Amino acid sequence: MRSFEYTRAESTGAATRDAATGGTFIAGGTNLLDLMKLEVMAPEALIDINRLDLNQIEGTEDGGLRIGALVTNSDLANDSRVRRNWPVLSRALLAGASGQLRNKATTGGNLLQRTRCLYFYDRAMPCNKRAPGSGCAARDGFNRILAVLGTSEHCIATHPSDMAVAMRALGAEAETLKEDGTTRRLTLEELYLLPGDRPDRETVLEPGELITAVVLPAPVRARQTYRKVRDRASYAFALVSVAGIVAMENGRITKANLAFGGLAPKPWRDAAVEELLTGEAPSDALFNRAADLLLADAQGFGGNDFKLPLTRRTLVSVLTELTQEARI
Amino acid sequence: MQTNLTINGTPQRLELDPRTTLLDALRHHLGLTGSKKGCDHGQCGACTVMVNGRRINACLTLACMHDGDEVTTIEGIGQPDNLSPLQQAFVSEDGFQCGYCTPGQICSATAMLEEVRNGWPSHVTDDLDGGADLTTEEISERMSGNLCRCSAYPNIVEAIRKAAGENA
Ligand SMILES: Cc1cc2nc3c(=O)[nH]c(=O)nc-3n(C[C@H](O)[C@H](O)[C@H](O)COP(=O)(O)OP(=O)(O)OC[C@H]3O[C@@H](n4cnc5c(N)ncnc54)[C@H](O)[C@@H]3O)c2cc1C
Ligand code: SF4
Ligand code: FES
Ligand code: FES
Repeated sequence: MRSFEYTRAESTGAATRDAATGGTFIAGGTNLLDLMKLEVMAPEALIDINRLDLNQIEGTEDGGLRIGALVTNSDLANDSRVRRNWPVLSRALLAGASGQLRNKATTGGNLLQRTRCLYFYDRAMPCNKRAPGSGCAARDGFNRILAVLGTSEHCIATHPSDMAVAMRALGAEAETLKEDGTTRRLTLEELYLLPGDRPDRETVLEPGELITAVVLPAPVRARQTYRKVRDRASYAFALVSVAGIVAMENGRITKANLAFGGLAPKPWRDAAVEELLTGEAPSDALFNRAADLLLADAQGFGGNDFKLPLTRRTLVSVLTELTQEARI
Repeated sequence: MQTNLTINGTPQRLELDPRTTLLDALRHHLGLTGSKKGCDHGQCGACTVMVNGRRINACLTLACMHDGDEVTTIEGIGQPDNLSPLQQAFVSEDGFQCGYCTPGQICSATAMLEEVRNGWPSHVTDDLDGGADLTTEEISERMSGNLCRCSAYPNIVEAIRKAAGENA
């Protein structure tokens, strides 16, 4: 690991100022330190934000929930309000990493964790995300775990988070504080960038911009589930995952919020797919039409071609489960 | 950089390079070699310790981030003449072969049983609010962060089940 200057931030303002002049925030450290050991990331200064007062979960005026950026994945998954009203989020968190990691991993750090692309981790290989302009070893390499949607010729990495997929389906927004003291709110759609010709830029966050919280809108009356398909039953990243929130009335789908993990450089959501399902009576034919639409522009790169049929089957299965009671 | 930690109940003042992981601080600076380094990347669980009562991977955190925290290692869980119920159960159920993963398994299981007592659900729990019985499936899921290269898993699960039963 390269040496760095270590500062414990005393206030959010001080943290953003220190980070704006070249510092990197460290929260749980479970992703950053891993990458620093491999010198994939080599920050000159670490700003430890762990003592900041950002670890509360509190209700919002309109019945939603504000989750401090430092709330651990364990505390969020186990929060009784989340378990009851936003179970898809508890389920996604519990499907991620291990008991030990969830105790350290934070809400902000989880959103901003880097890809698990093997070439990103291997400094001997070309990778446009790690070393802009060096090429992409994954396109013609081992790309089993990589993306089929939202890719560019420069990068086909996936965003690995489970939590972010559930939050995307729930319509969560990140609250941030900038160096100049202003705050803003970003939907997860707005937060993440697609790779284009700059895969090293992953979010719209500016230097020094700190995520202070994630806000969930008020719960909706709907069935929720998180389905994660992976190479082993536990402690593995998703090959494909689906967060589904579906409501039915009189035998018809009235709401279908669907977000996908493992498919794209960011948690994926497709408004046209949700529109296609809304107002319709559930059927296998309908669910397959939804999969056709979702995958219309999908492209495999050899090793990950299997993700197309796997996504279809997972989507059909999740929609079947969530509409089942009403179909009987 | 100066870091104050309470390790197994004893205050320790350490002067460390900020790069020092909690695991290296324990093993190299304090001589507490019970916690093991398997992968050094958060993938195997051999380095599991408890910080303020919660299990974490000591290899993926910096000692200086834990100034003021209380750390419990395998040495603090029990000693050869005074084994904890879990340590005793690992002996009686033969929950290991080479033993390298064992300190991490026992630290992890000690904290995991506390999580169950606090009603924490797992990925395989049907009802998020209903508590969980310690079935093989539940124990395996909750212990998936601890790998065993010797694959002593069946006996590890038995040892945990036995110790949990005695505590209940
Ligand atoms: C073996 C292993 C298995 C895993 N399996 C899974 C899995 O199955 N599913 C899954 O979803 N994840 C998995 N993870 C990843 C894990 O969830 C992430 O490492 C964790 O969520 C990162 O959170 P952190 O607080 O430790 O982030 P850190 O490592 O502290 O930070 C990550 C990044 O976010 C930035 N950052 C942190 N907080 C803020 C903030 N408030 N504002 C602005 N920037 C910030 C940091 O500068 C850094 O760049 C796994 C990790 C490991 C090691
Ligand atoms: S897919 Fe992206 S992260 Fe992976 S090697 Fe190519 S450029 Fe790097
Ligand atoms: S040594 Fe820490 S998890 Fe393997
Ligand atoms: S007993 Fe040898 S690694 Fe577990």
